[in-house]
Amino acid sequence: MKDHVMGAPARAINWNRLQDEKDLEVWNRLTVNFWLPEKVPLSNDVQSWATLRPEERELTIRVFTGLTLLDTIQNTVGAPVLMKDAVTPHEEAVLSNIAFMEAVHARSYSSIFSTLCSTREVDEAFRWSEENQHLQQKARLILDEYEVGSDPLKRKIASVFLESFLFYSGFYLPMHWSSRAKLTNTADLIRLIIRDEAVHGYYIGYKFQRAMEKLDEAKRNEMKDFAFALMFDLYEIEAHYAEELYDGIGLTEEVKAFLHYNANKALQNLGFEALFPPAACEVNPAILSALSTDSENHDFFSGSGSSYVIGKAVATEDEDWDF
Amino acid sequence: MSGLVFFSSGSGNTARFVASLGLPGQRIPIRQDDPMPSPDAPYVLICPTYADGTGAGAVPKQVIRFLNDPARRALIRGVIGAGNRNFGPTFGLAARIIADKCKIPVLDRFELAGTETDTARIRDGLEQFWGMPCLTP
Repeated sequence: MKDHVMGAPARAINWNRLQDEKDLEVWNRLTVNFWLPEKVPLSNDVQSWATLRPEERELTIRVFTGLTLLDTIQNTVGAPVLMKDAVTPHEEAVLSNIAFMEAVHARSYSSIFSTLCSTREVDEAFRWSEENQHLQQKARLILDEYEVGSDPLKRKIASVFLESFLFYSGFYLPMHWSSRAKLTNTADLIRLIIRDEAVHGYYIGYKFQRAMEKLDEAKRNEMKDFAFALMFDLYEIEAHYAEELYDGIGLTEEVKAFLHYNANKALQNLGFEALFPPAACEVNPAILSALSTDSENHDFFSGSGSSYVIGKAVATEDEDWDF
Repeated sequence: MSGLVFFSSGSGNTARFVASLGLPGQRIPIRQDDPMPSPDAPYVLICPTYADGTGAGAVPKQVIRFLNDPARRALIRGVIGAGNRNFGPTFGLAARIIADKCKIPVLDRFELAGTETDTARIRDGLEQFWGMPCLTP
């Protein structure tokens, strides 16, 4: 509903008249990918959870409350403010899907908690998330850009950094457990979240690039400087956050390589070049294969003990191929 | 050394990767009405994946249209996949589908617009590939 001016008619969305084909493409991807946490048999991880040491359990719960906070922000603030900036009615509809899926993601962590953890442990971790200065600082930096009156393009930059960069200090841990055959069902659920966030970052980055094309060169350079400066600020916080969380289990350096790798991907979603050199982005291969399990043989999420069937590969649409 | 053909949507990732290779490449147009390239020598196709979680829709329609022409298809020698590892099992799926359909190898894959490492590896790989006997007429 772009026209709120007096006298302009209220407009119904017509999906048969597209201004941007990408809106329908992404809408279709997101709606087919829809899922709910109830579909993942998290209770199969109860035994595995019991094999984690107390400090590993505490770390896991804390990491998940941190992720819940980011999803909550994107659900209640991020996606709704981006809707106001939408240039097509279909973009608004896609963003409403994004907003809702962020609510599903935030809700999923509570499903993990209620399956695996005691109420006391969980309450303690939520309290921790409110008091942790690094977590609060990164939330603040993003929320500042979402404030009314800030630049619509800067909001998109902040949003892509949240979707494609800030989550990864947290996503690292379930991928690490999964690579050691622990919490494999929880990892299946996290992979569904990762898949969604990848589409969100891609789409918002795409809309950012379209908006950049309308700016003159000076303004484009200003936006790019802003993006790199915000990335530096967020990275600084993320590095401290990672140290605080992962020093205890000796994984900080590995996590940082993963942060560099994802920071570069976030920048690429915005159409920019990488910031961190290849040598700083050498992610542990076990983590990379935990991310893209079985991408060689189309065998979806196998070996995980999960009974959640994502759907069988409909690899080709044969009616389109002439041979 | 023979040619490259590629598809890149509005995100521009694959186009940026091809630019980083510094090799000439013919782009399959995004819009159906724009003219298709007609390569006159063997080529490697670079193709991103657009699958949903079920794997459907992986190969862009325009790439299917391009390959549906027997003359163009006869010259394809290999395919390189672009995508995002975060899509798990469907990472680079389009390249695997095209390889199966056209009976050619998947030569490599990379994420988004690729890294410096990807660019160097794939540039070297292409040079070696085209140097192999029996691939060019």
